[in-house]
Amino acid sequence: MPTTAQALPAAQESCAGSRLGAPATPSLVRDTQDLLLRVENLAKSFTLHLRGGLTLPVVSGVTFDVHAGECVALGGPSGAGKSSILKMVYGNYRIDTGSVRIADGDAFAEVADAAPRQMLALRRARVGYVSQFLRVIPRVPTLDVVAAPLRAEGVDEETAKARAGTLLARLNLPERLWSLPPATFSGGEQQRVNVARGFIGSQPLLLLDEPTASLDAANRQVVIDLIREKKAAGVGLLGIFHDAETREAVADRVVDVTRFEA
Amino acid sequence: MNAPVTASSMPAITYNFAYLDEQTKRMIRRAILKAIAIPGYQVPFASREMPMPYGWGTGGVQVTAAILGADDVLKVIDQGSDDTTNAVAIRTFFETTAGVATTTRTQDATIIQTRHRIPEAELKAGQTIVFQVPIPEPLRYLEPRETETRRLHALADYGLMQVKLYEDIARHGHIATTYAYPVKVEGRYVMDPSPIPKFDNPKMNDSPALQLFGAGREKRIYAIPPHTQVVSLDFEDHPFKVQAFKEPCALCGATGVYLDEVILDDKGGRMFVCSDTDHCSTRQAEGHTGTMSAPYQEAAHD
Amino acid sequence: MTDAPLLTARGLAKYYGHRLGCRDVDLTLHEGEVLAIVGESGSGKSTLLGLLSTELAPSAGSVTYRMRDGATRDLASLSEAERRLLLRTDWGFVRQHAEQGLRMAVSAGGNVGERLMAVGWRHYENIRSEATDWLSRVEIAAERIDDDPRTFSGGMRQRLQIARNLVTRPRLVFMDEPTSGLDVSVQARLLDLIRQLVEEFGLAVVIVTHDLAVARLLSHRIMVMKSGRVIEQGLTDQVLDDPREPYTQLLVSSVLAA
Repeated sequence: MPTTAQALPAAQESCAGSRLGAPATPSLVRDTQDLLLRVENLAKSFTLHLRGGLTLPVVSGVTFDVHAGECVALGGPSGAGKSSILKMVYGNYRIDTGSVRIADGDAFAEVADAAPRQMLALRRARVGYVSQFLRVIPRVPTLDVVAAPLRAEGVDEETAKARAGTLLARLNLPERLWSLPPATFSGGEQQRVNVARGFIGSQPLLLLDEPTASLDAANRQVVIDLIREKKAAGVGLLGIFHDAETREAVADRVVDVTRFEA
Repeated sequence: MNAPVTASSMPAITYNFAYLDEQTKRMIRRAILKAIAIPGYQVPFASREMPMPYGWGTGGVQVTAAILGADDVLKVIDQGSDDTTNAVAIRTFFETTAGVATTTRTQDATIIQTRHRIPEAELKAGQTIVFQVPIPEPLRYLEPRETETRRLHALADYGLMQVKLYEDIARHGHIATTYAYPVKVEGRYVMDPSPIPKFDNPKMNDSPALQLFGAGREKRIYAIPPHTQVVSLDFEDHPFKVQAFKEPCALCGATGVYLDEVILDDKGGRMFVCSDTDHCSTRQAEGHTGTMSAPYQEAAHD
Repeated sequence: MTDAPLLTARGLAKYYGHRLGCRDVDLTLHEGEVLAIVGESGSGKSTLLGLLSTELAPSAGSVTYRMRDGATRDLASLSEAERRLLLRTDWGFVRQHAEQGLRMAVSAGGNVGERLMAVGWRHYENIRSEATDWLSRVEIAAERIDDDPRTFSGGMRQRLQIARNLVTRPRLVFMDEPTSGLDVSVQARLLDLIRQLVEEFGLAVVIVTHDLAVARLLSHRIMVMKSGRVIEQGLTDQVLDDPREPYTQLLVSSVLAA
């Protein structure tokens, strides 16, 4: 499916301390092995047809990179469009204009025009996502919910469940809950299930949408450790952290989204 | 209905030979020829009103009428018997309208019209057996739409027939269908052999006689030409089996034949006798005896 | 991930006299993909399902399918025998009304076993053990195997329909509003079962539903239909979270927390 994967030309403008010092050549095929995500001139607005076609601009001109082993935080106040950027990178929101390219093997896949099937393949292998809320799957035991991304990668059930158990234990989720569906859990418990599910995969790029939002200090520290471990393993992370303490603990740099306000 | 009408008092010119007019007979013969050409396939035909009610063999009578010639010898049986009402009525019908010779002896007949049995004596080349059929469609039990059953036949799509047998085993522990047991003809069409006991099914296979089936109300004719393969449907682990009787015929001592149960009194007394009356009386005439045949009983009393 | 699609439709249209059923429909479906077709009554979604599943003949356009032997065939060119064989082996069809998808006078075991017998199974005990196995997969107790579906609840009937369809391991299953008319709790159980089976067997599914929550839970992709045409399509979460068309926005906003 190389339809949208392509050699990556130089970013027009890289912001906030991009490591791409010199402009890359057009023939660049991941010459900088550590470039995982390049966002260029991304723009988004919502048209609300139910309110007379009202158009709400969200962001425009969004440009930044994420490299292997670094954690980039999206900064800015509520409503600045941080979450929308994250969702566009994940293919959850449409991209009006601009480009989101995700490293995919030797090339880059363009999210803006990825076919659904390609996007799903990217999510399976290249880009993971930890959302604020767990979208509950009824009747599926927690351990299976957490193990699912690994199973999708082709890991055998036993190994996947063992790794899921290890993660849940680190996140202090009582073992008696593992066999229950998370639907009835408290917000904090659900969030930990969600974090475990997001961190268990081996995607080289991980998107975090307030992963510590409803966690206590102890569990927040576990998430910080998990993020550091991912970084050490060469994973690139792009996150939204409302909690300044967490952000300072994990972020290598901050991309100020207010610069892209539309 | 006031005065009894006898054959002799009836003007001979009243009816065409064998009752049906020649055009009708030609139409039926064409259907028969087509049926013979496509063994087991139900051929529609323009069934006529006959001077007897549906269910009395109007289909068989029309087939017989169409193939009957002046020198034919006709035998008519009902449940194996030559002298039950239905058999007598049809035999008389053809004696009256065609004036053909009739017989009760299987070997002597050229045409045998039957309801619910195939005679015990092996049929020969040159003989034709005509079955009276109430419901020709074997798939109807599970698929009431005629358009759909015809399509299923066309495509030889017979899983449904097997479902019926499956249901039998699931409900009764064995295939409980004992009559009108479905067969596959020459590896192609699944066919209802009419309500004969499944005991008679093997007789249809590779028979030297021509077998014709007529359904009057349903307006269908089908056929099994001589020496055609006829296989009863079954499961590998529940193979087709014919009924077996524990005792021989009480009158002629025959074994390996189909027996009828006859209730003798209201105290549970009963006997099993040949359903084929011709077969039984022939054997008795040859000196065969059973536990309840007259000579034996006299001997027992002595 | 094979790159050749399993099912492809091009320029599909259906007119009932002058009345439009649907038109200009193009789609491809790959193994393991679940496609939801959503829209209101009369939007053409059921017509489209009928066209894809060969129950209806298109007024224009074509549907091709990659058969088990690897050859891609135009479905209109199949003989009736080939079409039926496809329908009862490589395809399944789960209907909204179980009585249209089941033989109500035949036992549960017979319903599940029918497809096996149709493809030549002739060993009673083998058929029965396969049927028992499938009943347990769809959470129907083995002792109900000889009961007929008239004695089953609505949810059980739908699960029985699924077992009856999946027993020949089809690669493509069509579903027409499989959960509508069921209690919410029964619905959740059924949806979860479908989701599990889809995953386990890598089924391709085309599911018609007016329920966006069903589409959200089961499908990878979604097609929104209105007045016989596809007005919006894409990744399910994208279409539902960021709907573009006025009609889709209306649909999404009319649902409680889809």
